[in-house]
Amino acid sequence: MTSTITTEAAGPLRAGGISRLLENRNVLGALFLLPAAVILLLFLTYPLGLGVWLGFTDTQIGREGIFVGLENYEYLWSDSVFWLSVFNTVLYTVVASILKFALGLWLALILNERLPFKAFFRAIVLLPWVVPTVLSAIAFWWIYDAQFSILSWSLMKLGIIDAPINFLGDPNLARASVIAANVWRGIPFVAITLLAGLQTIPPSLYEAAMLDGTNSWQRLRYVTLPMLTPIIAVVMTFSVLFTFTDFQLIYVLTRGGPVNATHLMATLSFQRAIPGGHLGEGAAIAIAMVPFLLSAILFSYFGLQRRKWQQGGRD
Amino acid sequence: MTKFRLTRRQLMQGTAGVAAGAVGARLLGGRPAAAQDLKITPEEGATLRVTRWSPFVEGDEKQWLANTEKFTKETGIQVRIDKESWEDIRPKAAVAANVGSGPDIMWVWFDDPHQYPDKLLDVTELADYLGSKYGGWYDGPKSYANRDGKFIGLPLATIGNAVVYRKSLVKAAGFDEFPKDTAGFLKLCEGLKKNGLGAGFTHGHGVGDGNNYAHWLLWSHGGKMVDEKGNVTINSPETIEAVKYASELYKNFVPGTESWLDVNNNRAFLAKQVSCIANGVSVYYAAKKDPAMAEIAADIGSTNFPIGPSGQHAELYQVTSAVIFKYTKYPKAAMRYLQYMFEQPQMDPWIEASSAYCCQTLKAYAANKIWTADPVFAPYAKASETLRANGYAGPLGPASAGVMADYVLVDMFAEAVTGQRSPEDAVARAEQRAKRYYKS
Repeated sequence: MTSTITTEAAGPLRAGGISRLLENRNVLGALFLLPAAVILLLFLTYPLGLGVWLGFTDTQIGREGIFVGLENYEYLWSDSVFWLSVFNTVLYTVVASILKFALGLWLALILNERLPFKAFFRAIVLLPWVVPTVLSAIAFWWIYDAQFSILSWSLMKLGIIDAPINFLGDPNLARASVIAANVWRGIPFVAITLLAGLQTIPPSLYEAAMLDGTNSWQRLRYVTLPMLTPIIAVVMTFSVLFTFTDFQLIYVLTRGGPVNATHLMATLSFQRAIPGGHLGEGAAIAIAMVPFLLSAILFSYFGLQRRKWQQGGRD
Repeated sequence: MTKFRLTRRQLMQGTAGVAAGAVGARLLGGRPAAAQDLKITPEEGATLRVTRWSPFVEGDEKQWLANTEKFTKETGIQVRIDKESWEDIRPKAAVAANVGSGPDIMWVWFDDPHQYPDKLLDVTELADYLGSKYGGWYDGPKSYANRDGKFIGLPLATIGNAVVYRKSLVKAAGFDEFPKDTAGFLKLCEGLKKNGLGAGFTHGHGVGDGNNYAHWLLWSHGGKMVDEKGNVTINSPETIEAVKYASELYKNFVPGTESWLDVNNNRAFLAKQVSCIANGVSVYYAAKKDPAMAEIAADIGSTNFPIGPSGQHAELYQVTSAVIFKYTKYPKAAMRYLQYMFEQPQMDPWIEASSAYCCQTLKAYAANKIWTADPVFAPYAKASETLRANGYAGPLGPASAGVMADYVLVDMFAEAVTGQRSPEDAVARAEQRAKRYYKS
C-alpha cells in the first residue's frame, strides 16, 4: 500500500493506470496465480495432453507417428494381456486398499491410546513409508525369492513345509505376494493420517457419549467414524490413486510375470512403450487408466464428502 | 553428412571387405600398410560424450577407460564416458535419438539401431575398412547394425551365453561328458534331479536369460517366429515339439524358475541351489573372484546348449552396437574414436580384459588369447559365430523389438511348462500376440 501511495505521489498521471490496475483484486489475484498456473500448464497439462495425443497416434520410438484415431484402443480391446492387466490392477487396488484401510485404521486407533513410548512407536510406524519403494521392493524380492526366501526357510526349519513356497512363480500366490508388499508399504500413510484425524475429534464428544452409556464399539461407530469420514475420504482417495498407479514394486519383484499374472496397467504401459518401442500403444494403456482414476476421485468428492452420507443418512 | 577422405585404393578395399574376410586373420600380427591409410581428421576442438552400459566385468571398463585415455593423449580429444544400467540404455538412447541431443556415441542393445536408423550416422566406410582389415564382421552381430546394406552402427560385442554346470554333479548323474543333443540333455537333467539337485533355466521375465533360453528352445527344434517376409509362423509342429520338450525339461528344474529374473540363476547357482544353468561368463567370474567360492569355481564346467532336431546351433545372445547419433557436432571425431577403439592395439586388450564376457564381432579377433586362457571360456568364444538375430527369419525393426520386449516367446513356454495352457493353446496364443506386432 505504502509503495502505491509513493508512486502516486511521484507521478500520479503516468503510473496511475498500472497502480490502479494493481489495486484491482481480480487483477492482483490473477497475477499471483500466474506462476502456479504456468507450472501446472507446463508440467501437468502439457504432458497429459501429449499422452492423450500419443494414444491416438502410432508413434514408435525413433519415428513420428500419424493420427490413427481409436486404432490403439481397438487393438487393446482385443488384447487379452491388456484385459488381464486391467483385472490385475483392479484386484490389486481393491484388495490392497481395503486391507490398508482396515489395518491402517486399526493401527491409528491403537496409536491414539495412551501408550508408553508413544512418540517412538509413531516414528517406527512411518518407516515403511519413508524407505524408498525400490529398496523395500528389493527386500521383498529376497523375502519372496524362489530359493532363498526367509519365510520358506523358517517354515522348512520348523518342519511345516518341505519345499520352498513358490511365492512369485504361482500366478495367484504372486498376486497375493505383491499385494502384501504393497499393503506393508502403504499402511503408514493411512495410519498416520487417520491418527491426525483422530486427534481432532473433541474429547467432549466421547464424554457425552459415555454419559449416555455407550460401549466402546458404539463410540467408534457413532462418534469416531462419522467425525473421521472427511479425512478417510481424502486418505483413501490418495491411497487408491497410489495403488492404482503402482509401478516400482511390480517392476522389481516380477516384471509383470509369471506369464503376466502381476502385470498392472502401469507396468504394461511401460513395457509396451519403452522397451517395446510402441509409444502410441503404451500411451493408450496409460490413458485407459484415467477413467478408473477419475471415477475414484469423483466417488470420493461427491460421495464420501457428502454430509448426509457422513451422518449415516441416504439421499 | 560428413565424409572422410578416401583414396581409390581404400574404396576398393572397402567394397571387397567381405571377400577379403579370411585375409584379416593373417593381417593381425603385422599391421598392414594399406589398410592403415584410412585417416579420419577430427574436427578442431572436438570433445566427445559416450554412454555405455554399466560393466558386468570390472576388466572391461578398466581397459576401455585406459584405451580412451590413450586416445585423448594421442589426439587431444576429451572423451567423457557415462554409464547407465543396461536396462536404461534402450529408453535413453531412444530419447536421445528423438530429441536430438545427448551423447555423441552410445552403446545400444539388440534391434535399437533399427528403431531409429535415420537418426544414426552412416558409418559404412569405417565399418568396411575395419571389416576388410580384421577378417570381416560376423553375420549375426552385423545384422543388428546394418540396414539395407548400410552400417548405422558398429557391432561392438556379443555377450555370450552358455550352459554352466557343476562338473561333479554331472558326473554323478552318469555323464562323463556333457551331452551334445537335446535327448541326452533331457536325460542328464532327469539324472541331476534324481540325485537331488535339479537344473534351472529362466522362464520368468528376465530380459537376457529368459529370452536366451526361450529362443534356444524354439530354434533348436526348427521353429521360428516369422518367415523372411515377416509373416508370423510360430504356430508350427516344430514349435509345439519345442514346447513339449521344454515341459519335459521343466519337470527336472528346481522350483520357482518361472519367477526368475536375470540374476536369480546366478545367485542360486553360486549358493549351490541349482546344478546347471545358462548364463554369461559373469557367474564364473563372480565365483573366481571370491576366495570363499574357490571350491565351486573349480567345479564349474561350461558348454554350449545341445543341438536339437533342427541340427543347427543357433542362439540369440545379446548384441551391443556402438552408434553415433547424427546430431553430434563432431562426427569425424566420433568416427575417429571408434576406429581407434576397434583397432588391434586397443581392441585385443579390451577383449582380453573382459574375461570372455565380450565376444569379438570382427573375425580376426577370434585369435585372442583369452579364449584359450581357461576351458570355461571356450563356449563363449563362438557367440558371434552362432548368433542368430532376434525375430528370425524376418526383418529387424519395431515388430521384432516389440515381440521380444513383450516376452511373447518367454510367456509361451512359461504358460505351457507350468500347465496353465496346453502346448497347442500356448503356441496359438503366442501367434496371436505376435501378429499384433507384425500386423502389416
